[in-house]
Amino acid sequence: MSRARRKQAASAGAPGRVRKALATHWYAWTMVAPVVLVIGVIIGYPLVRGLYLSLTDANEANVERNIGMNHIPATYKFTGLDNYTAILGDGVFWGRLGWTVVWTVACVGLTFAIGLTLANLLNRKLRGRTFYRLALILPWAIPAFVSVFTWRLLYNEKNGLLNKLLAGGGIDAVPWLNDPTWAKLSVITVNVWLGVPFMLVALLGGLQSIPGELYEAAEMDGANAWQRFRNITLPGLRGVSSTVILLSTIWTFNMFPVIYLLTRGGPGDATEILVTYAYRLSFVDSPRDFAGSAAWGVLILLLLSMIAVVYRRSLRKQGEVW
Amino acid sequence: MAKPSRHKRGPLASVGLHATLLVAAVIAVFPPLWLLVTSFKPKNDAFTTGLVSNFTFANYRHVVADTQFLTWFGNSVLVVGVTTVLGVFVAATTGYAVSRFRFPGMRPLMWLLLITQMFPVAVLIVPLYNLMASLGLLNQPAGLVITYLTIAVPFCAWMMKGFFDTIPVEIDEAGRVDGLNPFGTFWRLVLPLARPGLAVTGFYTFVTAWAEVAYASAFMTGEENLTLAGGLQTFVNQYLNDWGSMTAAAVIIAVPAALVFAFAQRHLVAGLTAGTTKG
Repeated sequence: MSRARRKQAASAGAPGRVRKALATHWYAWTMVAPVVLVIGVIIGYPLVRGLYLSLTDANEANVERNIGMNHIPATYKFTGLDNYTAILGDGVFWGRLGWTVVWTVACVGLTFAIGLTLANLLNRKLRGRTFYRLALILPWAIPAFVSVFTWRLLYNEKNGLLNKLLAGGGIDAVPWLNDPTWAKLSVITVNVWLGVPFMLVALLGGLQSIPGELYEAAEMDGANAWQRFRNITLPGLRGVSSTVILLSTIWTFNMFPVIYLLTRGGPGDATEILVTYAYRLSFVDSPRDFAGSAAWGVLILLLLSMIAVVYRRSLRKQGEVW
Repeated sequence: MAKPSRHKRGPLASVGLHATLLVAAVIAVFPPLWLLVTSFKPKNDAFTTGLVSNFTFANYRHVVADTQFLTWFGNSVLVVGVTTVLGVFVAATTGYAVSRFRFPGMRPLMWLLLITQMFPVAVLIVPLYNLMASLGLLNQPAGLVITYLTIAVPFCAWMMKGFFDTIPVEIDEAGRVDGLNPFGTFWRLVLPLARPGLAVTGFYTFVTAWAEVAYASAFMTGEENLTLAGGLQTFVNQYLNDWGSMTAAAVIIAVPAALVFAFAQRHLVAGLTAGTTKG
């Protein structure tokens, strides 16, 4: 077939190809349609709209709304990158970003270290193993907001159990949630407490998939416990650890309930992370600053994508496939 | 000193091991336990350090009879129930399509599912709030259900794909030979085999929706429209410190979640890690 005729045939076949594609793939497309639709409407539209709002000066006073019978049209204007320059030129953003990074690194680091230690302790013959395992994952079974309220009960400055115990030891009451530094330590403690069970279980699964012969061989070669840990356990866990670290980094970065319910970002805005601050702009403070909140949201999304990309690249360098 | 081998531990190592685990276990169990204990104390004893001296159900009675708690509970059950049923179904069909068919648009779809898991509440919540407002879905359970679907379904679809991948394709082929179309094969042959996977995605959706706070606080206002996450906040806020009601309500909220979790926990992690590393 000459090139010209092939081209002709292809163009004549275009509608036919669509029909053929429909005929072969319509089952698949029907099956995924609901998800595509829901994601498109509920995530795609708000995302585009959020991007647009972040380029305007929309707030409570100038968006489209109904008051009684009267419909008031929107009066906000397109302002280009003004919100972004304002946010990036202001110390508030950098302050919140700094604390969010400290919060994320501290939480993920501690959770991982504690999870790894406990998983190693549990991964051996041991009396009462099932009991310990069940006890240690209990915090995971309870909805986070319930746990957070429980911690508020314990942290209560005047009457909370923690301070009463300290008083019993002759130590002055600690302003757990009312002093900036203590509040930061307190929210980290609660988040670590909430996060350890997941780490523990995931890492325990990873440990159990490392063949025991490796340890036996290493022992025969005279490797001590630390060397076995460094050269067998850690490499063996790399797959699981990289997944759980990335997941928990994203979760912690966006951890709304712990901060919001424990301290509302306070005292002042000492414990406010980026996500809770963006929420505060549009749902707590008055007048509600929709444009600013959207711009914060877009910045958060950019930061998270950067984390994911950098993290993946560093994993690739270590020879990790995904 | 001889190195303690993996099988024979020295007594000192044994004590250290058990001591560490015991301390960790106590820290893990104590807060929920204290919640339970406090809920049985009379209102004014909420902050006593002792165990229960005057055991009472008064807090529970008060919460159930005198507050809107049952309404909130009903709202939550409605929202979470519908979300779970719809979510599992939709995640299953998607997971099946992605597992079995090679179709144009499949790779972008998988990416979409992965990326939506990263979305912070903060980006979407304002536009979503406005969208819900313009559709008249604020304060409506339907609005929350749709929102929760977008949180749960992408992740569940990944998990379901993992489960379907473990079911041999020969079963589908046999169904085809017997004259079933792909929907029939899916519905009659594959879905029953994927029951454990359905259970896990169901549990996951339930637990996620039951514990969601941000959207629930933003979209549902007015006492009678709140879900449990919002309702619990009304007991302890800047104006009110009703710790007795809070603890009793919290216990009632935690129990169903803990029961569901107890059934699912073993599979949750397998699904969780499979969903994120495969593909």
